[in-house]
Amino acid sequence: MASAVSLHHVSCVFESGAQVVRAVDDVSLDIRPGEFFTLLGPSGSGKTTCLRMIGGFALPTEGSIAIHGEDVSHKPPYLRPVNTVFQDYALFPHMTVLENVAYSLMIRGVDRAQREKRARELLEVVRLPDAAQRKPGQLSGGQRQRVALARALISEPKVLLLDEPLGALDLKLREQMQTELKALQRKLGITFIFVTHDQHEALSMSDRIGVFNRGRLEQVASPVDLYNRPATRFVADFVGAANVLDGEDARRLAGHPSIMIRPELIRLGGPEAARTHGLVEDVQYFGAFWRLRVRRNEGSALLADIPTTDGNSVPAAGSAVHLHWDPAAVHCIAAASAGARP
Amino acid sequence: MPSKMTASAPAASPWLKLATLWGVLFLHVPLALIILYAFSSEDKSYVFPPPGLTTAWFAVAWERHDVWEAIKLSGQVALVATAIAIVLGTLAAGGLARTKFFGREAISLMLILPIALPGVVSGIALRSAFHTLEIPFSFWTIVIGHATFCVVVVYNNAVARLRRISPSLLEASMDLGANAFQTFRYVLLPQLGSALLAGGLLAFALSFDEVIVTTFTAGQQTTLPIWMLQELIRPRQRPVTNVVAVFIIALTFIPIVAAYWLTRSDEDSHQR
Amino acid sequence: MSATAAATPSERTSAALTTRKGLLLTALLVPPLLWFGVVYVGSLLSLLANSFFSLDDFTGQVVRELSLYNFREILTPTYLDVILRTTLMAAAVTVACALIGFPVAYYMARHARGAQKALLYIAVMLPLWSSYLVRLYAWKLLLAKEGAIVWALQALHLEWLLEALLATPVIGGNSLSFSPLGTFVVFVYMWLPFMILPIQAAIERIPGAYLEASADLGASPAQTFGNVVLPLAMPGIAAGSIFTFSLTLGDYIIPQVIGNSSQYIGQVVYRQQGVAGNLPFAAAFSLVPILVIALYLWMAKRKGAFDAV
Repeated sequence: MASAVSLHHVSCVFESGAQVVRAVDDVSLDIRPGEFFTLLGPSGSGKTTCLRMIGGFALPTEGSIAIHGEDVSHKPPYLRPVNTVFQDYALFPHMTVLENVAYSLMIRGVDRAQREKRARELLEVVRLPDAAQRKPGQLSGGQRQRVALARALISEPKVLLLDEPLGALDLKLREQMQTELKALQRKLGITFIFVTHDQHEALSMSDRIGVFNRGRLEQVASPVDLYNRPATRFVADFVGAANVLDGEDARRLAGHPSIMIRPELIRLGGPEAARTHGLVEDVQYFGAFWRLRVRRNEGSALLADIPTTDGNSVPAAGSAVHLHWDPAAVHCIAAASAGARP
Repeated sequence: MPSKMTASAPAASPWLKLATLWGVLFLHVPLALIILYAFSSEDKSYVFPPPGLTTAWFAVAWERHDVWEAIKLSGQVALVATAIAIVLGTLAAGGLARTKFFGREAISLMLILPIALPGVVSGIALRSAFHTLEIPFSFWTIVIGHATFCVVVVYNNAVARLRRISPSLLEASMDLGANAFQTFRYVLLPQLGSALLAGGLLAFALSFDEVIVTTFTAGQQTTLPIWMLQELIRPRQRPVTNVVAVFIIALTFIPIVAAYWLTRSDEDSHQR
Repeated sequence: MSATAAATPSERTSAALTTRKGLLLTALLVPPLLWFGVVYVGSLLSLLANSFFSLDDFTGQVVRELSLYNFREILTPTYLDVILRTTLMAAAVTVACALIGFPVAYYMARHARGAQKALLYIAVMLPLWSSYLVRLYAWKLLLAKEGAIVWALQALHLEWLLEALLATPVIGGNSLSFSPLGTFVVFVYMWLPFMILPIQAAIERIPGAYLEASADLGASPAQTFGNVVLPLAMPGIAAGSIFTFSLTLGDYIIPQVIGNSSQYIGQVVYRQQGVAGNLPFAAAFSLVPILVIALYLWMAKRKGAFDAV
């Protein structure tokens, strides 16, 4: 099955004053057709630059980019079969919502009656049927976002790029849009490439996730694989809370120099057969669970998430606890992260 | 823009208010008097207070051929100079508004020079160039001078507007299939439109009113300001001059206010 | 979106402009740069060149040989007198504009709000953009013997003040409109908005928190003004002073219309290139205001006038 989008050893390097900045460093990636793929990473990690290179707003200094088999590395944006939903929506303020949505059809020369009909159909799809004659300035953030979506979808692109589209929305609206976007993608069946720094968003929406760090792609995996089997320390830390142990401590506990254990897999128990023990330093309440920070003499502190439904009372700060976990809970981290942190 | 001053205005001392009032009056009373004098029935019309009021002089001014010739020349020069200034000013703004490159500061300084240097210097520089190249005075020598200092007026307006247009708008247009020319026509130009209009209006007013550089580049031709200057030195019919003065006030007042209204949201902390 | 069919020239241009870095920038900047380079900078160079040429008294033609003749002429008492007179007038006008303009700017920046502020802004801007000649003409009428000012002074029984001023040497004259005093007043009137607006902008940029902190630390309003407001408003005053200074130095119309027969730099330049046909000398003399302004800018910079920018 051919890729929808493939990046082949792509780099984006530029000079900022006296320094050479490798915004994207030798990234290779294959995105499958019909997939919801997320580029995840902290700000400055290169994920947005990658997206912009796919869209044509930045040009790669090395490597090539292909969309459905066609090399587009140096093609201007208007010759690429992708459309973008921008972070600030970029709706044309001087045009009505209908004109905005119909824009790409207008450029292609579709006559007015046709394109207005299509535009209204799209507005129905994004559930904004009454907004047609309004101007973007009169809409709320969530409404503008949907217009941007309709505008990008009207020409039936093969690939849709979304640049942190939910960042400006408040929490409830954001969660609602996440569900809607996922459903829309399923329904339309086109490839979505989504950029975000929010790992919860990435985990809940994606078919596969590519994690970026300092311009390099550290791991590409499904959400489950990413969460349970992170390839590097950075990924382990970035996606969900993690206990990452190394050196002597790790060897003693699990026989491997670099390991990760998720806090929810750690249980409290009695002293026999306990893996390790320590003093409770801090207790945080998260509604569904308590997060204990346990200071140990033999190594670094560990986080343990204890469900509140257990019925047990939670140990107070300062009390001694014994920690247990299954052998399967330990994950060995194979590779080093980009710009290997000491 | 975050507010730099406290939200509620502190009370000003009465002396300060008085000083401000006097300052503003000082600026405006002379103009008000001119308008009054245009209606004065006295021939030596600067007599104060005017003995009587009449509109007769407006009719006399209407008949004066030399006035109409001067107005026509000024208008034509202003239109052509403004057109050139809009093109050059917009191009320059496009190149300088959001870019960083070596020499950028030098270029924007060069654009400002015609207005920054005393008019006498600009005027005589152009005059000496025409003389050296043996170019005779003509409509075009006037236009060249005017266009040069009108560019910066359009440039300032265009830059202020360009800085407010999000670059993602242009990217979105290209993303949706429009090439560079289509993007310019459907997205950039409508956004820039009112700023260019405002710059054009200001340039027109500036050109229409300009006298210092014009006297060096006009030779024997008479624009309206040159006519006015001649009247100032050798008055022919003072009341007619008054009427023309009122006409000029009205003619330049309108574009200025219109330009201000068109770009009032572009100015930053001045009005807030 | 076919990529295979041959692209039209316009499509090729568009693609090149979009993807080639620097091509768009060059295309945008070449026309204005050409115009300014050729027309304006070229003119200035020609001015400079002409200042080293001279006029043959006999034939009345320009002799294109480099010489310092013009500059030696400038350094004679007649012309040095003109330069001194103009510079002093420019300095006096600058001071007066600063004194009158500062309160207005201060009020606009610190005390005016909303509609009042917009109104004041327009009130200051409007004369700035109104016709220079009309405003000058207004003053010619105002200053005339039967004009409004004399009438007002008579009404207030202050004619003796006017006569005393007119009798003073150096600034006096036959009447207000034929005296350096009159020239001075008109200059101040003309350039006042150029002084008010930069000062207002500078004062507006002072964060209110500075003034509150000063008061909090025990300073009286006068001390806050002297120690905080004035130094921070200095760049605005400096900017305004550059306008007033430069505009006065080069002006030849105002002294001709309102004033006695004493000559100012602008008038000399105008006469020399016009009636006298001595373009080279006029060119050389016009370099003087540039030099004076450059000197003024340098001194202002040294005194730290631009530091707070």
